[in-house]
Formats: sequence, C-alpha cells, structure tokens
Amino acid sequence: MDWGAIFGNAAVELISPTTAAYALAALGLAIHFGFTGLLNFGQAGFMLLGAYGYAIPALKLGWPWWACLLTSLLASVIFALILGIPTLRLRADYLAIVTIAAAEVLRLTFTTNEFAPVTGSANGLSEYQRDLLTLNPLPDGRYGFGPWVFSDRAWFFLILGWIVVILAALLTWLLMRSPWGRVIKGIREDEDAVRALGKNVYSYKMQSLILGGLFGTVAGIIFVMPRAVVPSYFQPTLTFFIYAILLLGGAATILGPILGSIVFWVLLSFFSGFIARAVEAGWLPFMTQVQAGQLRFILVGVAIMLIVVFMPQGILGNKKELAFVK
Amino acid sequence: MSSEITPKAKPVKSTGLHVGDPAPGVKKVDPILIADGVKRTFGGLTAVDVEHVEIPRNAITALIGPNGAGKTTFFNLLTGFDKPDTGDWSFEGRSLAHIPAYRVARMGLIRTFQLTKSLGLLSVMENMKLGAKDQTGENIFRGLIPSLWRKQDREIEDKALDLLKRFKLDAKKDDYAASLSGGQRKLLEMARALMSDPTLVMLDEPMAGVNPALTQSLLDHILDLKAQGMTVLFVEHDMHMVRHIADWVIVMAEGRVVAEGDPHEVMQDQAVIDAYLGAHHDTDLGSTDTGHVEAIKELIDDEQ
Amino acid sequence: MEPTRTVPTRSRGRWLILLGILISALTLSGIAASPAVADEGGTDDPAAEEEYEYFFTGNVQFEGEALEGVLITVEGNGFDAETETDADGRWTIGVPEKAEYEVTLDQDTLPEGVVVLEGQDTVTAEFGLTKRKAVNFFLGEGQRVTVNYFDQVVQRVVSGLNFGLLLALAAIGLSLIFGTTGLSNFAHAELITFGALMVLTFGVNLAWPLWLAIIVALVLSAALGWTLDAALWKPLRRRGVGLIQLMIVSIGLSLALRYTYQFFYGGSTSQLPGATLPSDIRFGAVALSWVDLVSMGVSIVVLLAVAFFLLRTRIGKATRAVSDNAPLASASGIDVDRVIRIVWVLGALLAGLAGILWAYFRPGVSWDMGFQILLLVFAAVTLGGLGTAFGALVGSLIVGLFVEVSTLWLPSDMKYVGALVILIVVLLFRPQGILGRRERIG
Repeated sequence: MDWGAIFGNAAVELISPTTAAYALAALGLAIHFGFTGLLNFGQAGFMLLGAYGYAIPALKLGWPWWACLLTSLLASVIFALILGIPTLRLRADYLAIVTIAAAEVLRLTFTTNEFAPVTGSANGLSEYQRDLLTLNPLPDGRYGFGPWVFSDRAWFFLILGWIVVILAALLTWLLMRSPWGRVIKGIREDEDAVRALGKNVYSYKMQSLILGGLFGTVAGIIFVMPRAVVPSYFQPTLTFFIYAILLLGGAATILGPILGSIVFWVLLSFFSGFIARAVEAGWLPFMTQVQAGQLRFILVGVAIMLIVVFMPQGILGNKKELAFVK
Repeated sequence: MSSEITPKAKPVKSTGLHVGDPAPGVKKVDPILIADGVKRTFGGLTAVDVEHVEIPRNAITALIGPNGAGKTTFFNLLTGFDKPDTGDWSFEGRSLAHIPAYRVARMGLIRTFQLTKSLGLLSVMENMKLGAKDQTGENIFRGLIPSLWRKQDREIEDKALDLLKRFKLDAKKDDYAASLSGGQRKLLEMARALMSDPTLVMLDEPMAGVNPALTQSLLDHILDLKAQGMTVLFVEHDMHMVRHIADWVIVMAEGRVVAEGDPHEVMQDQAVIDAYLGAHHDTDLGSTDTGHVEAIKELIDDEQ
Repeated sequence: MEPTRTVPTRSRGRWLILLGILISALTLSGIAASPAVADEGGTDDPAAEEEYEYFFTGNVQFEGEALEGVLITVEGNGFDAETETDADGRWTIGVPEKAEYEVTLDQDTLPEGVVVLEGQDTVTAEFGLTKRKAVNFFLGEGQRVTVNYFDQVVQRVVSGLNFGLLLALAAIGLSLIFGTTGLSNFAHAELITFGALMVLTFGVNLAWPLWLAIIVALVLSAALGWTLDAALWKPLRRRGVGLIQLMIVSIGLSLALRYTYQFFYGGSTSQLPGATLPSDIRFGAVALSWVDLVSMGVSIVVLLAVAFFLLRTRIGKATRAVSDNAPLASASGIDVDRVIRIVWVLGALLAGLAGILWAYFRPGVSWDMGFQILLLVFAAVTLGGLGTAFGALVGSLIVGLFVEVSTLWLPSDMKYVGALVILIVVLLFRPQGILGRRERIG
C-alpha cells in the first residue's frame, strides 16, 4: 500500500482552496445557524450564485473581476431578501424548507437546456478566471515542498482563498463581540424576549441572513476558481456537508468552521484514499472501486448523526454550554 | 433611577385613581393605557373581548382572573405580540394598534413573560446589556468599529451593575443565565426590563415558581418601581400579594373585564367570587392554544 | 400557438434505426482501400469538404427505403445551416468548428405515416476524435397528431392527479410524524426509495410474483418504520435532544441510507415488471395504462382508509389528539409513545407504497428516487399547513397538478421549479398554509 500517496493527498486537502471555500461557507452558516439560530438549508444556492454570478458576466459580458464579484454579491443579497421576507416572521422550520427549495430552484434553472446559451446548462462554464489571473504576482512555474507542490495559478487561488477566509473570520469576530452580536445571540436564545426589549428582530435576522449568505457567495467563487463550474456541484448534499463541517467544528464559534473544514477534508481524503487502495490491494474483496467511493458519503451521514447526538458542541464549542443545551 | 430607595414595611397605597363609581371600564383620573373594543378569537373561541379599560398612571394595577380568562392573551395584545381581530388601544395618547412589538417596547412599555425568557447561553451581564435602548453598536456597520460604541457600552455596564446589585445578582454576572434558579431568572428578567427606563412595566405572573425566600424581595422591587415613578401592570394568582401591593385591581373572566376597583372591595364583589368559583383551578397545559383539543373531546365523548 | 405532439405507435420491432454507424463502418473500410483520402473521411460531398473541416452526416431510411427531400438543420455555436436528403436518403452538413450542435429533422418533410420517436427529432451532437460525426434519427410508423390544447390540459390534469395522489401518500406520513413529534424528517425520502427497492429485490432479482413482492415490500417498510423509531428516534426523544438537532440527525440518516442504497444497488435505474405497459386505455382525450389506473385506485383507497383511521378509530383520534396538543393528550391518559410508534409504522408504510407507485410513475427504480421528490413532498406538506394530515393531501394534489400541468409551458427539466416557486409564493401570502391554523404561527 502506498501510504505516501494517501498521506500526501490528505496533506494537500489541509490547505486546498476547496477546504478554504467550505470553511468560508461554513462560517456563513455559523452566522446563520450557530449565532442567530436561522436554519438555512440553502447555502448551496448562495454558493451557486457566487459561482455563476461571477462566471456569467466574465464570459458573456467580458466584465473585469471586481464587477463580476459585485454582480454575485448583489445577486446573493437579492436572493436573501426573497428568502427572508416571507419566512423570517415564521417558525424556524419554514425557513429551512423554503431555503432548500429555493436553492433547488436555482440549481434546476441553471441546469435546464432552456438557458444553455447563458448558463452552459449541465455542462457548465469554464475559463472565466482570466481577468483575475492578471493580478497573479507569482511567476510561472511550480513551487512548494513535500506534498504541496502546485502551479503558480493554483498557489494564487489558494492564497487568495485563505486570505478571504481570514478576513471573514476577523469580520465575524469583530461583529460577534459587538452589541450587534449580542442581539444576534439573544435572538438565537429567545427571539420574543429580544423583541420585548425593543429590538427589531426581523431586521436583525435579515441582516444575519444576508451576511452569512454573502460569505456563502464568496465561498462559491473561491470554490470554482480552480475548476470549471457545473450546476451539479450545488446539490442539497453540498449544504448538508457544510452542516457536517459546522457541527464538527462547533456551531457558535468562529474558528470552528475553519478547523471543521480542515479536519473534514483531511479525514475524508485519507479515508477515501485508504479504502480505494485497500480495495485495489484486495483487502476488501466484497467491495468494488465504485462502492469504495460511495462509502465516504455513508460515513459523512453517520458522522453527522453521531456528532449531533454525542458531541453537540463540536470540537471548539464551549463545554460549559453543554450542561444547558437541550 | 439609580437612587436607592429603602423598601417600606407597609406599602403606601395610591388612592383616588378613578372618576365615578368603580365598575368595569370606569374612567381614570390620569390613564396611561386605554383599550377600546379589543377582541381576539381563536377558531370559534373568544379569548379576549374587552370593551373598555383604563390603566391608571403611577400606580400598581393587578390583573386577576381564573385560568383561561384571557389575561396573558390580553397582555400579548397590548404589547404587540398578538394581533386582535378588532379594537384600538393607546399608550400615553398614542395609538398602539398595528405597532410591532419592538416599537411598543421602545415607546417605554416593557413586559416580562409568564414563562421566563432569560437568554440561557448569554451571561447575566449580557442579558442586562441587551435591555439598554439606543445602542450605537447595535448597528451592524458601527458595531464593527469598537471605538464608536465602547464608551456607551461601559456606561451601560455600570448601569447594569447597579441594577444587578439591587437585585442581588451581581455575584452571578458572568454566569450563564441558564445556571440561575427560577426565581433568580424572574429577578433577572425584571432587572433587564428596567435597563431601558420604561414608563409602564407589565409583569406576567412575576411570582409564579419563585422560591418563598425571594417573594418578599420581588414585592419590594415592584413597590420600588412605583416609588421611582413607573406604572406597573401585573398578572397574578396570589390574592395575598394582590391585596398587599396593588392599588387597583381589574378582574377578567372568559375574556371580559367583570369587575374593577380597590383590592379590598373587589374581593367582596359577587361577580368576582362567581368567576373564581365557577372555574377550575388546575394549571393549563397548553399555554394559550386552548382551541386545539377537538380530538381529545371526541375521545372523551367516545368513553361516555 | 398550437403545440403539436407526436404520438408514435409503440411497436418496437418496427423501429428502423438509421444509421451513421453503418456509414462509419463503410468509411472505415474506405480508409483501408484508399489511404489518400482517408483522413478527410468520405468523398461523397466535396462541397461540404471544401467549405468546412468538420461535418455531420446521416442517412434517413424507413423500412429499408431511402427517404428523399427530408429537411435537416444544424444549429449551434452561432452557426446554422440546412440541407435535404438526396435520393439515397443521405445528407451531409459541414460546420466551421469542432463544437456542439443541435441537429434537427423536420418532421413535416417526412412522408405520411412516418414519424421520429417522440422528443428525438432534435439531437445534440458533438465531434469525437474524428472530424466526421454520424447523426441518427429513430424513425417509426405512426401518426403525427396535433393534439389540441384542451386535450393536452386534460391529459396533464389526469397525470397530475395520479402524481399528486402518490405524493399524498408520502406527505401524509411526513405530516403525521411532524405533527406528533415535531420532527421534519428528511430521511422520509429514503423510506420512499426503500419500498421500491424492496419490490425490485423480491419481484425482479428474486423473481417472486409481483403481488407477493409488493406485500413483502410493504411489510418491510412498516418494519423499517418501527425499527427507526425503536432504535433511533425514541432513544433520542428520551435524551431530550432538541428538534433542530433531530432534524439534522434525520439529514445524516438520509445521507447514510441513500448512499447505502447506492452501495448495494448501484447508480443505475431498473424497471419493475409492467412499468412500461403502453398507454392504450383511452377515455376521450386521455390515454392511460393499466398501471396508471391501478395506481390511482390504490392511492384513493389507501387515502380513504387513512382518513377513516384518523377520524373514526380510537387510535386515529389519539393520533390527532397528540398532534393537537401532546402534553394535554398525555395528561388525558393517551400513551404518547405508543401513538408515535404507530405513526412511524404507518408513515413508513405509506412512504413505501408511495415509492412503489413512484417507481411506476417515473418509471424506474433508482437509489435516489425518493430524494428526487422529497422537496415536492415537503412543499406539499408546507402548502397544506405543517402538521395537518388533510392539508398534506390538498397540498399534494396542488403540487402534483402543478408539476404536470406546468409542462405545457415549462420545459420538462424545469417542471419541479414551478411547484417550488408556488411554495414560496404561497408562504408569502398565507404563511400558515392552505389549511393551517393561523394562531399556530408565532
């Protein structure tokens, strides 16, 4: 068994742009779910808007990178308003159902052949990175050491991704220790109590939905920068994975989603690599290569259940809270 | 507001609050809150149907009545937490109909809840700070820049500390609110309500579930509010307490106001006695949604 | 505009598949014979060859007879061109780039009585490793019937009712579980899939008689519901795990089960016996198969039985009592845990049945078939009003009808979009759902 390759691949996930993108999306979800108590199950939809909101103007209109970024952010705000206006006054589970439905509406709309000239339908879009790459300060070539040897382009997206994650974490930290954050956390505990203290709960929930959604949108851009974008990335399963990451790291923490994403991807890569090699080596004669690939999804599902039941505060969550969590 | 007032052994009762004979809907000399034709139905059940009622300013008014009389629903309606089918009501001359709950609170009408709503995973101090009005840092953009709100936050913290001392919760200020006892949570909720310097404090069963050792201090705090110029309206079951501190009593039964007056006189009113004797005294299980029991009724019918 | 639909007769033996494969074979033999022209492909059409490097070719024949004068158009990549088949039925169109194009056969130019297989008159074609691409059209004997708009609506409505009824089976179970336990059960999708997979296992893989396979599948579905409650949900309720946490557990369970199905059954779609019966029973404008009729009949009977259970039986009334107000029901001497157990068994049974019917409606059994309609089921339950069983029925019918009827205006790959948009719009105006009680919303 080639342990070197298995560990090497796992080590790559430690810092990969995908890990950064999931961390950022999970941080957005932490604002929604961990801090405000909003059940957003449409984070995949926000990420989709980021990806296509960037790619479409870049490809079809030839806009510069910053204009594409603004387009996706604007799309995300509009999406959050559409979701929030009908549901934020209702019980929490309505938001869950509406967000997951709206994210699916987006995915199906970007999959249909009807709009293929714009969206590329199921085949998606590619080669929208050109304008952003003009900012790449790194000279051509491959750099790095150990398992982390990437092209200049890969390094550029990687560094950019993690800078954004760090900035977002800082922003969240500043907000959560401010009086704004206090209101947000109060809403999570009991929104009627906060309302009785004269806070416009509806408006705060909306702000939280928009902010976390924007994080998801930027995460979507980071996610598709090193690859092409296809609508099938943005299945509801993506949102579920991000929930798994959030719960693993600790829902009401700032570093939790980041650590969660790293642990999730490293373990997943290690596990998939190990099973695949084990099947190859004939250690698991009852399993095919394809089945080995599916095993990881089963594992994620079981992990979500176990974390929620046995480790509800996550890796970085406050143990003290546990005594009072119902 | 921070001036300490020593609790009195015998509370000073306010008198001469009304104009004319005490009867349901009697006019008050100086009403702070006036409700007119407020009606709320759940399905076919009328929960509240109040023709006219006035709450006197700078006095302690008790709202009493048997279970299911609609007291809590009436509270919810007055504070914007529920919407009536019809009716109008005003606070300090300003109509409150169609005003959302948070605006009602900002106008100086603060309420507490029957089941305490302390924010469990926030510290006691954070709970208190949340009560303060007009905080600069509660705006998402200004919240990002600590220098804009730090000074105000410190002032709020000092004020909170004063209040916590008065309510003897200062030792707990960094604990999670969830770690407090039921009575302490009631105290915290009341203290938090005072952070916004309200003019009318509405307390929904402030004594329910409170350890007897704490009742006296809670009573003193309520009397304190009046001494500081606030108006208090509270829902209570404990007749002893009502008689002890209330200046005025309003009795509700089956959604209507059936009697009003001085506590001692009201207790002798035949309508009040009927209302209490005619009702069950068991605690209600389903809080307010008494309308949803059809299937159980059917089951009981089957049995007979 | 009067939309037209082609209704080919389904006599499979008569399909004449035509055939670039044949042409390619000829071309390849040509390469061997004359290497000089080999890399440019055939030499039949020098004009196309001169103009463009890449080209599509084909040969349109029906029952061995070449069809002349059939109009073929190529469109895509900002380019379009058309040509007609020659006396041998052949056609060639050159295109400027190696890209994806849509090749369309104009059915109006086919002789009377010949049609292209439904929905396949336009083919999306792309070049492989060669510069020549053969494009095939599948022709059959049939009548092109211009179905008038009203008849189409009727056909879609009937189809929508069928779909709505099977959705209702799943939705009522979901709604009862929500009502009694407060859980939004995302793993309901896997209960749906389970029913169909079990029929596949027993009815196809083990080749048991279909009726027996269905009974076994339903019994196993009910057993799965019992097991899930006994092994997972009841212990979690005992631990006092919050509702949102339970919902996330159900998401984890859904993922784990779904990929376990894929692990054992693979990613392909299989058919149940009788799933491809022709729609040859006609009622006026409506054409149905026996399976459609049986499916609707079963749905209606089962839904009536559930209604009877809820309204007339003791345990059904107890179920509604728990939904209405669990603490009060418990105080009135109802064994809430027992009611919840029954609801889980019933819910899983109904979901399993819905899965079997869904396998015939789609048609096909696949590992994620339940997940495909999970959101529609949720939409139905929410539309009707969370937690009300009869609301779920009404919501399901609306969603079913909307999905099917909307295909008259929406492309078929967008048909679920309409139903989900309706859900969001309804919540805007009537947040408690159609039959929901206003005061439940805080």
